[in-house]
Amino acid sequence: MFDIEKIRAEFPILSQQIHGRPLAYLDNAATTQKPQSVIDAVRRYYEEDNANVHRGVHALSERATAAYEGARKTVGGFFNTRSVREVVFTRGTTEAINLVASSWGRANIKAGDEILITHMEHHSNIVPWQMLCEQTGAILKVVPINQAGELLMDEFDALLTERTKLVGVVHMSNALGTVNPVADIVRRAHAAGAKVLIDGAQAAAHLPVDVQALDCDFYVTSAHKMYGPTGIGVLIGRESLLREMPPYQGGGDMIRMVTFEKTEYNDLPYKFEAGTPHIAGAIGFGKALEFIRGIGFDAIEKREKELLAYATAKAADFDGLTPIGTAEDKACVLSFVLKGIHPHDLGTILDREGVAIRAGHHCAMPVMQFYKVPATARASFSVYNSEAEVDALFAALTRAQEIFG
Amino acid sequence: MFDLRDLYQQVIVDHNKRPRNFGKLTEFNHDADGYNPLCGDKLHIYLQVSDAGVIENVSFEGEGCAISVASASLMTDALKGKTMQQCEEMFGQFQHMATSDLAEAPDEEVLGKLTVLAGVREFPSRIKCATLCWHTLHAALKDSAEPAKTE
Repeated sequence: MFDIEKIRAEFPILSQQIHGRPLAYLDNAATTQKPQSVIDAVRRYYEEDNANVHRGVHALSERATAAYEGARKTVGGFFNTRSVREVVFTRGTTEAINLVASSWGRANIKAGDEILITHMEHHSNIVPWQMLCEQTGAILKVVPINQAGELLMDEFDALLTERTKLVGVVHMSNALGTVNPVADIVRRAHAAGAKVLIDGAQAAAHLPVDVQALDCDFYVTSAHKMYGPTGIGVLIGRESLLREMPPYQGGGDMIRMVTFEKTEYNDLPYKFEAGTPHIAGAIGFGKALEFIRGIGFDAIEKREKELLAYATAKAADFDGLTPIGTAEDKACVLSFVLKGIHPHDLGTILDREGVAIRAGHHCAMPVMQFYKVPATARASFSVYNSEAEVDALFAALTRAQEIFG
Repeated sequence: MFDLRDLYQQVIVDHNKRPRNFGKLTEFNHDADGYNPLCGDKLHIYLQVSDAGVIENVSFEGEGCAISVASASLMTDALKGKTMQQCEEMFGQFQHMATSDLAEAPDEEVLGKLTVLAGVREFPSRIKCATLCWHTLHAALKDSAEPAKTE
């Protein structure tokens, strides 16, 4: 039985008032709030276990190492990796993509090769590939989308050739909510001999991800969009690929032996984790995944579908509202424009009513260019949101229309 | 409590709906682009300045939120017939008003109608919406080739 009050009670931040109104936090696509269990785990680590990992022989260092490596196991289990050697902690999705573009890219991409991405990518899955193309002379190709915000799969097939070396695709669009057919994309890409990186920043808190079932080569995501801390994320890579890839950054922890003549690199995944990692972040990440598992994806998906359907129906009846992104398979995101009111004005007015949304280009400027809008307003839902909060959103939109009368 | 109407006063709503001096001047001798990279607001300002340094005509084009459009509309209205030195003084006073303490009354003598934008002080994330047009004006007067930015 899904108990919304019990879930909300686990998030201390949600019970506050903003400008004298109850907070309705509908900016979950930007970052989710953190449950008490995550906050406690991070605090407890600093209060009781703080030490550097992988080197000390004292008790604190052993406890810190056990907790950090325990978190890696939790992450591996959550995404069903073949082993923990496939779990590389990063600062987040952005760093994970940059790691692949820089390390795998420079070792495998040459002039004339093609990288295939889609029109709905976040800037973090566009710019690193553009940089790689600039450095190597490779070519960036883009799969177009339709008015609903869905990939044109025929165009994808046409663009996928023997020159395509990597397909980079977002699992769930942060600007549109579209859920892409990633398993199908992986199958087609592999048949053409291309590797696949899936940007799971938006998806991983909302849908179950099994990297072995997906058979993807790289899956990347961030903890902070999954109820975990900021500054920590993960690159999950196929071990055979990671083993062949050169290190991304050099430094401590990523080496086995250093002399001035030669350095021998450490085993996976440590080869890619130079420097002292975000230990507390990784521990919080692990706790956040336990929180998600405690609710279960069946319940999460069912609940979030209900909420999205409730909000979508209200939006359809709302005068002057045009939804942006109406894909058949979508989740948790209601992106829209309101006639005569710029999204930034909406953002300010809604804030005064206690409703937190995002207004802007959502780091997906090409999506804005496609729909010919400078920006959109975006309400994005999470498992702790309620129908009452959706009502507060639409009441605030009515208030905005009164002001702009 | 601070009311939304203090920010979105009727004058602002009106100037947003029907911006004055909107479009490209047929004759101009200064112009510049303005851009707010955070929100994507874009402006272009055209100026016709006489040999004596008096602004004879001014207009703007672009897209943005109500605050940025109304601010540009009000600014262009206020600039006509002013000397470049007077413009600089207004820019200084306007910036001061947009960032000053709430208790401080804006200088109505210099700013006139522009004081309706004083409400942005209460909304830190929106101050740049109001000042973008002034940065752009500044760039136009200096014939800057680089677009003006609020950052």
